[in-house]
Amino acid sequence: MKIILEQLLNGLTIGSFYALIALGYSMVYGVMKLINFAHGDLFALGSYLGYTLLVFGSTYVTVTFGIWGGMIAAMLIAAIGIGIAGTLIERIAYRPIYSVGRLPAVVSALGASIVIQNGIMVVWGPRPQAYPSQVVPSVMLNIGGIKITLLQVIILAISFVLMGLLYYIVQKTTFGAAIRACALDRDTAALMGINIETIIFFIFALGPALGGMAGVMVGMYYRKISFTMGWNYGLKAFTATILGGIGNIPGAMLGGLLLGVLEMLGSTYISTAYKDVFVFLVLILVLIFRPRGLLGEKVAEKV
Amino acid sequence: MKLNKNINQKNSIFKSWLVILIAILFIVLPFIINAYWVDVLFFFGIYALLGLSLNIVLGEVGLFDLGHMGFMAIGAYTTAILNTYFGIPIMILLPISAIAAGAFAWLVCAPIIHLRGDYLCIVTIGMGEIIRLTLNNNPFGITGGPNGVFGIDFPSLGSIFVVDNSTKFYYYIWLIVGLTIIGLVNLQRSRIGRAWNCIREDEIAAEATGIDVRYYKLLAFVLGAGLAGVAGNVYATKLMMVSPESFNFMESCLLFSIVLIGGMGSIPGVLIGSAAISLFPEFFRTFAQYRMLIFGAAMVAMMIFRPGGIWPRKRGAAEFKSLLMKAGEENG
Repeated sequence: MKIILEQLLNGLTIGSFYALIALGYSMVYGVMKLINFAHGDLFALGSYLGYTLLVFGSTYVTVTFGIWGGMIAAMLIAAIGIGIAGTLIERIAYRPIYSVGRLPAVVSALGASIVIQNGIMVVWGPRPQAYPSQVVPSVMLNIGGIKITLLQVIILAISFVLMGLLYYIVQKTTFGAAIRACALDRDTAALMGINIETIIFFIFALGPALGGMAGVMVGMYYRKISFTMGWNYGLKAFTATILGGIGNIPGAMLGGLLLGVLEMLGSTYISTAYKDVFVFLVLILVLIFRPRGLLGEKVAEKV
Repeated sequence: MKLNKNINQKNSIFKSWLVILIAILFIVLPFIINAYWVDVLFFFGIYALLGLSLNIVLGEVGLFDLGHMGFMAIGAYTTAILNTYFGIPIMILLPISAIAAGAFAWLVCAPIIHLRGDYLCIVTIGMGEIIRLTLNNNPFGITGGPNGVFGIDFPSLGSIFVVDNSTKFYYYIWLIVGLTIIGLVNLQRSRIGRAWNCIREDEIAAEATGIDVRYYKLLAFVLGAGLAGVAGNVYATKLMMVSPESFNFMESCLLFSIVLIGGMGSIPGVLIGSAAISLFPEFFRTFAQYRMLIFGAAMVAMMIFRPGGIWPRKRGAAEFKSLLMKAGEENG
């Protein structure tokens, strides 16, 4: 029982990374109907930005902001930096080709992804980098016999706060209503006086910013980052998006958390080597029996 | 009208001369360039074959397939395992690899063929990854794990006709590509090709006109996978080994780009696209670590300035309306 609960917590930790990245895919897809293949690499770039701050600016940051300041500063820098990078990519690679169709945008996104990935390689070098070990004091907590590290608690707390915040913005505020209106029907939303440009700008800033923060947390959790990791996490997060129902924000959160838990349980009870196979099999089975994803709404076919 | 017809006739005469000219160029090329470039052109041929195979699924029918390398992996591993464990000659394995990949595609795609657009896309990604990961985990000890399978024979017919050096491999792959192109051109003009294009343009209308959408989509997947299996066979015999990392997601993405950079459903386009993908990194080798950066930027620029591809197919150009206006009368 204890093992199951501990694995569940581990799974939730990984799942919260997937969920944060998946939110970016889902938001962009919801409004633009575009799979932002560069998103995974933006996440990796965020991880590297946080790494640079923690390694080269650590003494200055710690002196100014205290022990916890390092982590918070790294996440803020990553969020801001990646938010800007996301909007830049939208301006350069996607905006000129929206009108033409969806497929050229896919290739453009793949191109942007290759550019970011190799850009990271040129700047930080092809070898994997190691995050500093003591960003958060490594304390093992024991809650009723269940062991969990302080870092995991912090990661879970930050992720859930971020997801709650996003959920609040999208579901409860006027701005969120505008985003949802755009996702339903962009042209009609524009006729109702919603500024589409602003919405697109925020979508491409918010989504990647969440991904960038997830990047810093992944760096702190696994401590090893590499320039190719964007593909792996991006693929998993995209899977999570589809699992939950693409374009659906609570769906992306649920899909991400579920995927993390499935992966952990799969590696504990089935086989570590086949854990990814297990994840993709579950995805395919879900899609066979529920083609719109878990929380996706059934959309009537337009004739 | 008559004038138009004349122009079309002249056009087709010009086209057939162009085809003959290019064919002659490909035949004499190995005598002019050195062995390194012959090898580069061989891999160009492999990409062309793969691009043509994906073009059936993506270009003709418009099904998003981002796991196409998985089918190639099935073909390559079928060849590798049956050849190294049982000593079956490569030439016999060529059709067997195609059938194995095609049968696998039928088995996997039959339950998921009703999915649309992005959902089909993620399922094919998942399928490709499952194949790669499974090969990597060495099931039953036959795939050799991450190291792969070694010591695959050369293709041969008896002892006289043995494909054992770069130049012979070059002719071998381009012979296969040439035959494939002839087959595909005929397929495009046939009832099947028209049904495929009809499904791509409007699936509901296609179904309403009595086209068995499910059957034709599956047919495209099976044929595409079979061709990818052939490419896998040739690839395995050329390298004399196969390993799972050759079939990763990135490669599937490159194939996807080949079809779109060239022009959806256009055979000359696919050839140009595969030339761009396989030769570009070679020409920019002097830039070393910057070359992939340039490559990615070129992909973005390409799509911005020519979203329909370099050589869009006229019949396939309906969705790019401005191009259609320029293309004029349909003669695809």
